[in-house]
Amino acid sequence: MVSVTNPIDDHEHHHGPAKGWMRWIVTTNHKDIGTLYLVFALAMLFVGGMFALTIRAELFRPGLQLVDPEFFNSLTTMHALIMVFGAVMPAFVGFANWMIPMMIGAPDMALPRMNNMSFWVLVFAGLLLLSTFFMEGGAPAAGWTLYPPLSIQGAHNIPFVVFSVHLLGISSIMGSINIIVTILNMRAPGMTLMKMPLFVWTWLITAFLLISVLPVFAAAVTMLLTDAHFGTSFFNAAGGGDPVLYQHLFWFFGHPEVYIIVLPSFGLVSTIVPTFSRKHLFGYSSMVYATGSIAFLSMIVWAHHQFTVGMPLAGELFFMYATLLIAVPTGVKVFNWIATMWQGSITLETPMLFSVGFIFLFTLGGFTGLMVAMAPADLQYHDSYFVVAHFHYTLVVGGTFPVFAATYYWLPKWTGHMYDENLAKLHFWLSFIGFNLTFMPQHFLGLAGMPRRIPDYAIQFADFNMMSSIGAFILGLSQLIFVYNIIKTIRSGDPVSDEVWEGAENMGLEWNLPSPPPYHTFQTPPDAYLIDKVTATEVTMR
Amino acid sequence: MKRLQQLLAGIVLSGLGTVVHADYTLNMPVGVTELSRETYGLHMMVIYICAAIGLVVFGAMFYSIYAFRKEKHPVPATFHENSKIEILWTIIPFLILIAMVYPATDLTIKHYDTENAEMTIKITGYQWRWRYDYVDEGFGFMSSLKADSNAARQIDSGISPRKVHNYLQAVDHPLVIPVNTKIRFLMTSADVIHAWWVPEFGWKRDAIPGFITDAWASIDKVGIYHGACAELCGRDHGFMPIVVDVRSKEDYQAWLAEKKLILEQDNAQADRVWSKNELMVKGKDIYLSACAGCHQPNGEGIKGSFPAIKASPVATGDKDSHIELVLEGKGAMTGFAEALSPVELAAVITYQRNAFENNSGDLVQPAKIKEWLEDLGYDE
Repeated sequence: MVSVTNPIDDHEHHHGPAKGWMRWIVTTNHKDIGTLYLVFALAMLFVGGMFALTIRAELFRPGLQLVDPEFFNSLTTMHALIMVFGAVMPAFVGFANWMIPMMIGAPDMALPRMNNMSFWVLVFAGLLLLSTFFMEGGAPAAGWTLYPPLSIQGAHNIPFVVFSVHLLGISSIMGSINIIVTILNMRAPGMTLMKMPLFVWTWLITAFLLISVLPVFAAAVTMLLTDAHFGTSFFNAAGGGDPVLYQHLFWFFGHPEVYIIVLPSFGLVSTIVPTFSRKHLFGYSSMVYATGSIAFLSMIVWAHHQFTVGMPLAGELFFMYATLLIAVPTGVKVFNWIATMWQGSITLETPMLFSVGFIFLFTLGGFTGLMVAMAPADLQYHDSYFVVAHFHYTLVVGGTFPVFAATYYWLPKWTGHMYDENLAKLHFWLSFIGFNLTFMPQHFLGLAGMPRRIPDYAIQFADFNMMSSIGAFILGLSQLIFVYNIIKTIRSGDPVSDEVWEGAENMGLEWNLPSPPPYHTFQTPPDAYLIDKVTATEVTMR
Repeated sequence: MKRLQQLLAGIVLSGLGTVVHADYTLNMPVGVTELSRETYGLHMMVIYICAAIGLVVFGAMFYSIYAFRKEKHPVPATFHENSKIEILWTIIPFLILIAMVYPATDLTIKHYDTENAEMTIKITGYQWRWRYDYVDEGFGFMSSLKADSNAARQIDSGISPRKVHNYLQAVDHPLVIPVNTKIRFLMTSADVIHAWWVPEFGWKRDAIPGFITDAWASIDKVGIYHGACAELCGRDHGFMPIVVDVRSKEDYQAWLAEKKLILEQDNAQADRVWSKNELMVKGKDIYLSACAGCHQPNGEGIKGSFPAIKASPVATGDKDSHIELVLEGKGAMTGFAEALSPVELAAVITYQRNAFENNSGDLVQPAKIKEWLEDLGYDE
């Protein structure tokens, strides 16, 4: 136990949270803002999930039963936009806010007021995007990629979508700057870069990725706006432009985006697996280098999303080779996690279950990733349900399983209460079964020739679609257990120790704080010996 | 029973994380071209490699969970790095990738080799149908979703898709091509991006407005092959199937001769005066295949997206501006000057002006359309 408040400094007492609901509007506290991000992400998970369930309900059997095809297209588009920008990314920013200061021994984020602003900008951006549903002509329906000419074909929603993308980008860039500045400047003495928990490392690299690629996306959608309303022809062949140019710009952002989602989850899993294996992370430095390599490679592989556009042969081959290379550092990560478990002393509490589930399913997604990376075979897979299955195996598993794992992992620390382990395990198993039932059959549908983004299908696809829809409802409804468990934990969970998990005090600074931690933590930096205790340094130094 | 087998197969495969070839269309079709067979081979090779890697990786993971669980292995080891093994598991995957890249590179080069084709088909994507032009023969036609599927797929149609033959997989005019002939396909689009995909041929290729992409196939088995548009292209993206009728070379030649004869007769028809009844009957057919996708079979359109034909200022107003709009298009609607023949254009405009209680009484004759086309410079 380390002393977190200095009793001599009675200045302390004036710095509790503000009273009443205004606390949440004006807060600059990293824990409050972290909570806000996480609650927002959870709400958006249900909004995006409702879109997904409407899609799956329509696809339950052949024929159109529930929605107009145009509205169906809006649902697929908004499902993706809301899940990516509203649910998954904010969830990781929430964890970054809560945990990075506590993991590096800092009192708060470096730029607290900007922190508040980046959250509230995000909320308004999300609402602006959702408001397009109530417009004449409806929400965007050209897919989340917003490919022209379709996306600007007679659409009233384009200015709103573009503006909301700008706001989302501003929010993310502000968040990234804050994370970078915090990590580079506010580490406790002795917390050298190569001693930082891996979650901090993955976020540092992710933040740089975000700052590099979001402006390109902002530029691309701005060009869409001027094409739609100001008579330019960036993407219009009739005016000398090129629709495929948009695809290059979009995927220059869009491919790194999937690593923006998945790198922090690598960090979470790298934090959780050691705790429940009771053994320090295997290959810490190779994990850091692998993260860096993945981030670099992610920026030079974008056109593998466009193998069917008729690129020159040299381009097709380059993007195939570069894409395949990503398998090497990603493989290193998976091997390191398993080596961490090897000869450990493993228990399977829910955070570990979700982490192991992540490693298993994400690796399957990696295998189909190898398949779709093969350019000539991708001429078959592309834009079929095989691709839908592939990226849900990577992004749903990558974007939610580690988030659930981390929530169960840190919720006792945050609240001082233990969650209901039985309910949590039920949540895991229903999610695991529901997920596989939803997405495994989609591999077969795609291989058999079912294109993606269609509201109705030929009869031979009926059985697997029905299975997939049943799975989706199991997956979707089981998330209610998650919400119930969180509320139950906050209200009436059993009190926990400061360490929470057996041996965790050797696994991270946060486990040496009280549960729940006071409103302000590490106003005086932790001792260097504590930092050495929670890293594997002393063993490395030979 | 078959459904149960599929379910069991699905569960077993979920467990294995791999795919076997069975009769339940679990796997990619082997297909009927050299490219599709080699693509299938590459696909299976990668699956086997992944299965082998999966066996080792998941084996080690589940073994750890079992053998190193706390009850059995209470004291954890303390090692946390090993340079040799880390270098090893960086290099081995790299070598595996190189082994995979060789055949993939060969096959990519083969896909791109569209030279020395014996014939050329130009494919144009429209919202939401295809047009096939026989470039060497100088004719072409539109290919739309068949009327019975189109009726059944409307929301609340009351028609069970299971009762429709080849639901969503049948078209009015399939693409007819000869067997064992290297055919070069040129893809383009009249509006938004589409993608032409027949899984049995082994590839798909985007059809991009203002650009031409190409691909090739030499099909070695006579038969009917199905496909669909694979790039989201708007409201009815799911309703623009592809049907390719591959015939023996003799049958193809016979079909070609017959097709040309019909075209000649149609051209002759364009110069005679048509009765209202003739125009309305033909016009209804054309309307259902070319217009109803947006403007709806009842002519009422979709509010906010597609204007109504019923009681519309265009269809009840000045005849010339109606003709001009259909020929040249406007906004999101593409022009039909090249997509339909003069007879078809005359019929469909007449139909629009008299159906849906528009009752203008106007007739548009094919000869009038021909004049318009000449004025607009469409006449070759």
